[in-house]
Amino acid sequence: MNLALDIFTIVAVTAGAVFFLAGTLGLLRFPDSLTRLHALTKADNLGLGLVILGLLPRIDGVLTGFKLAFVWLLVLLSGAVASQLIARALRNRDRRP
Amino acid sequence: MNEATLFGLCAAALVGLGVYGLVTNPQPLRKILAFNIIGSGVFLLMGAIARRGAGAGFGGDPVPQALLITGIVVAFSATALAVALLLRLHEVAGSATLAPDAPAKVEPGAGGH
Amino acid sequence: MTAVLDAGLALLLVALAAWATFSRGTFAAVVGFIAYGLLLTLAWVRLQGIDVALTEAAIGGGLTGALLIGAASRLRATEDAARADRPGAFTRSIAAIAAAAVTAALAICVFALPDPAPSLAQEVAANISVTEVGNPITAVLLAFRAMDTLLEAIVLVFALIGVWSLAPDSAWGGRPGPLHRADPDGMLAYIARVLPPIGIVVGLYIFWVGADHPGGKFQGATILAAMWLLVVMAGLADTPPVSRRWLRIALVGGPLAFIAIGLYGAYAAGAFLAYPLGFAKPLIIVIELALMPTLTLILALMLFGAPQREARR
Repeated sequence: MNLALDIFTIVAVTAGAVFFLAGTLGLLRFPDSLTRLHALTKADNLGLGLVILGLLPRIDGVLTGFKLAFVWLLVLLSGAVASQLIARALRNRDRRP
Repeated sequence: MNEATLFGLCAAALVGLGVYGLVTNPQPLRKILAFNIIGSGVFLLMGAIARRGAGAGFGGDPVPQALLITGIVVAFSATALAVALLLRLHEVAGSATLAPDAPAKVEPGAGGH
Repeated sequence: MTAVLDAGLALLLVALAAWATFSRGTFAAVVGFIAYGLLLTLAWVRLQGIDVALTEAAIGGGLTGALLIGAASRLRATEDAARADRPGAFTRSIAAIAAAAVTAALAICVFALPDPAPSLAQEVAANISVTEVGNPITAVLLAFRAMDTLLEAIVLVFALIGVWSLAPDSAWGGRPGPLHRADPDGMLAYIARVLPPIGIVVGLYIFWVGADHPGGKFQGATILAAMWLLVVMAGLADTPPVSRRWLRIALVGGPLAFIAIGLYGAYAAGAFLAYPLGFAKPLIIVIELALMPTLTLILALMLFGAPQREARR
């Protein structure tokens, strides 16, 4: 059982790291600010979510698990709002002649 | 090389970078930024010293770490005061430069001194 | 394995600091500095200083970054004029030599540190049971070195008075910062309504749990100040005029309560800021409760800046 949980942790955290890598590559290589925002949301939502999912078997209490999930929800919320604000600013800037 | 020595050397490099940035960057805001990098390098060095003083079940010596918390807060207040001074200078003088008589416009051909 | 992690972290820190130093634009340099502050938090975790990591993330990365971004956006027009002042090659080489000398001197000091390292951890561990707090950092800040914390609170008030004294004559005693107007149905107003209740709970929790676990009043006050900043930046509330009496009373209330408890300790336990036996924990809690509003107000007001608008508006 412990071995299965360890393998689950390693797989989930590695998958999260892959999403972070993809997000970083997108941030560096995409041509446009809007497309870069799109790449960053992958790292934020899926990457962090997978990392936290992988860390859940290693917690030492239900409260710690709730705190980890709460951290993920807060990052989702702030990331979504920040992306909206940046995208709106970009659209206003491009709309101006 | 344990982590205390490694981060101590990293802190030395950070202080060096901050000193270089403080001298060479002409914009006062960049100087404030370099000053903050020097400050954080010094704090990191003290943190490495605190790590070496671990004992009695603590991961690091608590006394320097508590002083570091005080230092970080006071460094922020110094930065806030410096930024307020800079913004006031910008309001009053129209330019944000520390040169004694700020040129009204940039002459073409003005290069190094 | 962790040595690889530490080495990578140290290299990233130096690289980000180099980015912030050598980058062309000021805004890019400030953004690099914010990322540098967050990575520094990880370095603090590796050095087993969790409380310092929390403070660095909140104040060093968050508040300082917000302050510098606001200043960079207001100074954007002066970028090109200031860039013409770049020092010549001679000054730059002298600066490089000086920087290398400082780095070398500090590196030699790092290798010359005494071994075994002197430490006060034993004394703290021996005496911490008297203070009835579990977190050694809190015990040091509020019991063993309470004088430093008191003087720090007073220094913060002085710095705030310094910032306020930079107001133009027409706005003396007025409201700091510009009037923010955001779309009341937009995203910024939405997040400024959703996040502050969560942030206040988190900030108060971090303050309360600092007695026994990493945390404390500085970190909690920073989160509360950040929530206030968010509300003001979304235009849901305006900054208070700095001449308001409640504001000034709240600002000096914390240090005054601290000094009063210190004088009581001089009367009851023989030395300024000494605690009578058995009263340590209640007195520490009273000091922290008195300092929380003061710290929140000071941190937020220092970020708002000098008054710019008249109070009568």
